[in-house]
Amino acid sequence: MLEWRLKAFRHWLTMAEPRWSTVRYPAIDYQAISYYAAPKGRREGLRSLDEVDPELLRTYEKLGVPLEEREILAGVAVDAVFDSVSVATTFKGKLAELGIIFCSFSEAVREHPELVRQYLGSVVPYTDNFFAALNSAVFSDGSFCYIPPGVSCPMELSTYFRINARNTGQFERTLIVADRGSYVSYLEGCTAPMRDENQLHAAVVELVALEGARIRYATVQNWYPGDRSGKGGIYNFVTKRGDCREADSRISWTQVETGSAITLKYPSVILQGDNAVGEFHSVALTNNHQQADTGTKMIHLGRNTRSTIVSKGISAGYGQNVYRGLVRVAKSAAQARNYTQCDSLLLGDKCAAHTFPYIEVKNPTGRVEHEATTSRIGEDQLFYCRSRGLSAEDAVSMIVNGFCKEVFKELPMEFAVEAQKLLGVSLEGSVG
Amino acid sequence: MLEIRNLHVEVDGKPILKGIDLKVQAGEVHAIMGPNGSGKSTLAYVLAGRDGYVATSGEVRYEDRDLLAMAAEERARAGIFLAFQYPVEIPGVANIYLLKAALNAMRRQRGQPELDAIDVLALVRAKLKLMEMDESLLYRAVNESFSGGEKKRNEILQMAVLEPSLAILDETDSGLDIDALKIVARGVNAMRDPARAMILVTHYQRLLEMVVPDRVHVLAQGRIVRSGGSELAMELERTGYGGLMGRDGEAEEKR
Repeated sequence: MLEWRLKAFRHWLTMAEPRWSTVRYPAIDYQAISYYAAPKGRREGLRSLDEVDPELLRTYEKLGVPLEEREILAGVAVDAVFDSVSVATTFKGKLAELGIIFCSFSEAVREHPELVRQYLGSVVPYTDNFFAALNSAVFSDGSFCYIPPGVSCPMELSTYFRINARNTGQFERTLIVADRGSYVSYLEGCTAPMRDENQLHAAVVELVALEGARIRYATVQNWYPGDRSGKGGIYNFVTKRGDCREADSRISWTQVETGSAITLKYPSVILQGDNAVGEFHSVALTNNHQQADTGTKMIHLGRNTRSTIVSKGISAGYGQNVYRGLVRVAKSAAQARNYTQCDSLLLGDKCAAHTFPYIEVKNPTGRVEHEATTSRIGEDQLFYCRSRGLSAEDAVSMIVNGFCKEVFKELPMEFAVEAQKLLGVSLEGSVG
Repeated sequence: MLEIRNLHVEVDGKPILKGIDLKVQAGEVHAIMGPNGSGKSTLAYVLAGRDGYVATSGEVRYEDRDLLAMAAEERARAGIFLAFQYPVEIPGVANIYLLKAALNAMRRQRGQPELDAIDVLALVRAKLKLMEMDESLLYRAVNESFSGGEKKRNEILQMAVLEPSLAILDETDSGLDIDALKIVARGVNAMRDPARAMILVTHYQRLLEMVVPDRVHVLAQGRIVRSGGSELAMELERTGYGGLMGRDGEAEEKR
């Protein structure tokens, strides 16, 4: 492990920070970041929730993270990563009966070294990009999940990430392996409190789906976006990639991005196995001075592979929203199909939406469709809702939620409700 | 209930209404008729509080409140309802969802408890029958891929659910075939109530045969040029607006 990290670190030193995107931010001083922070009062060998610092549990409570008994009702198993350390993983026993491994990354390194060795870096190698290399060198924890062959995970698995300490970067790593014929649905939630300085979040998520396996991965990201003037906020530079390694496998990404000062994120799927399916459903909202450059890559290698991309970008205030997506159909990918739909909604006249679709087709039997629309919330729509008694803010929230419906329906029920509320909160003050 | 005094309204700096006087009592149905461009829709919009419709002088009292000082949503919550001439599409928002949000906005205003989805559905179902609408329409996005007739019926459905004190129907009859018109008229008649006033904006007399108004006003070039009982609508049907306005023009010159 140490060797792998050192290799990653040496490689990172040779790399330059990427500048190809349209986002703008001052240079990051990588020496000034703390790469490890642990919540106070944490002892070694945390065995149950009772041993967790009660202050910390209250924080989660406030965030609505169902850590205690409530999770039984919600049917959610939670792994919570606080700053750099995984503090509690629930439902482990019940999952273990099915052979499912769901634990913190540090525990996986100790308890399941063979699986970690086999799959870590197999989707996102440490040489992949600047931020992935940095993560590989310094990551201290994260979540690990393995679903054995033929097992359908009976509950939503969930990780909540939170950056709490000052001047701390968060570099967690998530690795999910779905063995043959298995199924898992995974939800990741992110929050961070208000800080005046910018904080870096450079995570890596790797998904591996073997033959006939299906992984659904959903993210509701609400990192602190900075204040109204654009001060503070998280830089969310994350590498997420799924590998449909074998035939008939399927990976779906769903993301609701409302936070972060700057987001650079392209959850991608490599469609290696024949008949593999990749999906990407995204809602990205930028308000005030937020910048988001997000999208996906669908790399078709196997025959008869299919991918769907639905991207909904909402810009308000001075928000800059970029969709950047690559659809590549390799020579080997006979009969590959892609459908892309990319819609932008503008609120006000100081925000912007940009769309950069990259399409490369090397096999003549491939079929790629791209549709894009840009619209504005109409004065007539607003007046219609207000004349039915809705306040302007409720009307905007309703119209925006309608715009995002195709994506929200991909989320597990309770999180779809949460995502709707989050959009409403994030849009507060965006109507004049 | 509603009293308009010497109302002047501009849109984009252009004067549209040039001194309207109108008094509507609870329980009355008033028809506003007039040719295209006479300012009928402007009157409807300014009463509902649309941005950009600027009252430059005059006054509107509604239940002893200064209507023009109220925001559109406050007017709606105070019981004013506008049935749109061109109902607006809201993609992705289920029709029932808008109905529920609107109904609960009204109920909050009146200090009543909000209704949950099941109670709303029960209430709406009864009104659907009246409008001969299929329940599936509730789950489609608001006005999206609705036919012209469905949109208009949907407006009356909203009115029936929200039970306003003052309903303004802006050309609800236009673009309807005779069967749909009958259904709409039945819906409107079912809503007539001693406590409720209605203003029907139309330029045909067709609707007024089925919904007989108490008063008819003819609007031309931003003014009410004639008022009368329901027989005035019949007269207009025979003579047309041209004759009437000609005569009125003369009257003005003599003055």
